Amino acid sequence: MSVHDIEVIINGKQYQERVESRMLLSDFLRETCGLTGTHVGCEHGVCGACTIHLNGSAVRSCLIFAVQVDGQEITTVEGLTKDGELTLLQRNFIQCHGLQCGFCTPGILMSTTDYLQKNPNPTVQEIKEMLSGHLCRCTGYEGIIKAIQKTIDERSKNYEAERR
Amino acid sequence: MKPGKFDYYCPKTVDEALAILEEVGFDGKIIAGGQSLVPIMNMRLSTPECLIDINQLKDLQFIEFDGSKMKIGALTRQTEIEMSDAVQKHLGLLSEAVPYIGHVQTRNRGTFGGSLVHADPTAEIPLSLMALGGTLHIASKDEVREVNVEDFFVTYLTTDIMPNELLTEIHIPVQEGRTGYSFHEISRRHGDFALVASACQLSIDSQDRISKVRLVLGGVDAVPLLITEANELMKGEDLSDSLLNKIADIVDEMVDPESDLHATADYRRHLAKKLAVRTVKSAYERARGENNECS
Repeated sequence: MSVHDIEVIINGKQYQERVESRMLLSDFLRETCGLTGTHVGCEHGVCGACTIHLNGSAVRSCLIFAVQVDGQEITTVEGLTKDGELTLLQRNFIQCHGLQCGFCTPGILMSTTDYLQKNPNPTVQEIKEMLSGHLCRCTGYEGIIKAIQKTIDERSKNYEAERR
Repeated sequence: MKPGKFDYYCPKTVDEALAILEEVGFDGKIIAGGQSLVPIMNMRLSTPECLIDINQLKDLQFIEFDGSKMKIGALTRQTEIEMSDAVQKHLGLLSEAVPYIGHVQTRNRGTFGGSLVHADPTAEIPLSLMALGGTLHIASKDEVREVNVEDFFVTYLTTDIMPNELLTEIHIPVQEGRTGYSFHEISRRHGDFALVASACQLSIDSQDRISKVRLVLGGVDAVPLLITEANELMKGEDLSDSLLNKIADIVDEMVDPESDLHATADYRRHLAKKLAVRTVKSAYERARGENNECS
């Protein structure tokens, strides 16, 4: 009972794989599926680099076993772009210096994307609390916060423009 | 850092889960959110032979109000508690405490029941439940038994639950009338384990005298510590500075914190006294504030 066949939808594509029960979801994504956008840092849920969406919610892929996601839906950072075009949040990370080495970035993008869907208009303090689940040693977080704020502003402007 | 080998079971019903637990006995470990279990497995501090995954037991994922108490399923995610209007309305203490747990990304997966059975002495949910009071429903193949929260925590990471048992739901009484609550926690960084945390729920009568109170401290003992002597002392009293001083003295006597990498025992003792006073004071002010709104 320590080897299992699983079926999982990742970024809209179906994968059928055989996994050992002890394989972490983070390792499954990177090594079995070749989706190396999900980064692995601390492997105990502190650094946030491996954050992905499981059934639409941001969670740590290093704290879930691959066998547990049988029949479920996952989005990784590779699944954010539509037709090869970066999302508004991703473009703003580039513009606002939201990253330098880029190690923490996939996790932060996944967390922020989920967070803004559920909280479209957070305060700076709320953004900081959400980011407390991610370690970034390059930016000092300022650029990341700016990128998120810019995204919120632009989205509300777009929304206003559409209403007019 | 990879976990050891284990057999994996994924039961679809509570009965199926209980049958597996009966069979595997001490070799089995239940996994719910896994936000504490998987780190310790990754570090090989724990190497269970079998994991029984209860994430498919959707019957254990609910929040209900029956008019006098809240019923919360053990598999309810911490985020669901944080976002619940019913919890906010009837168990404000819990709504205030849950955002201190880890981070939003771990609360999305971590469960209410998982935090209780893990029984970390600094954890927010055990502390809050101790302040709110309540009963835990624990099922095994042969019976469902109810345990009061006061009898549930045994010592560090150890509860009254036996290897063949499963926590299914938790019932928490809802206080009527002039009730206030407060939760305070000090940690080195947001989301870290608490150095000390303090929870209090109290009710007052029409003369502003305390009629019911439960002050609990976390991080100062092996289990969430009910400050019984202070709770007895407060009954029938107005809140005065001299009473608050006495509470601080009792806390000083009762707590027995340890030193570690993050803080000395002396600092934890200092925090325990300050937080106890702060928590009682703000719970009392809230209980009185409710009255002001009505008049």
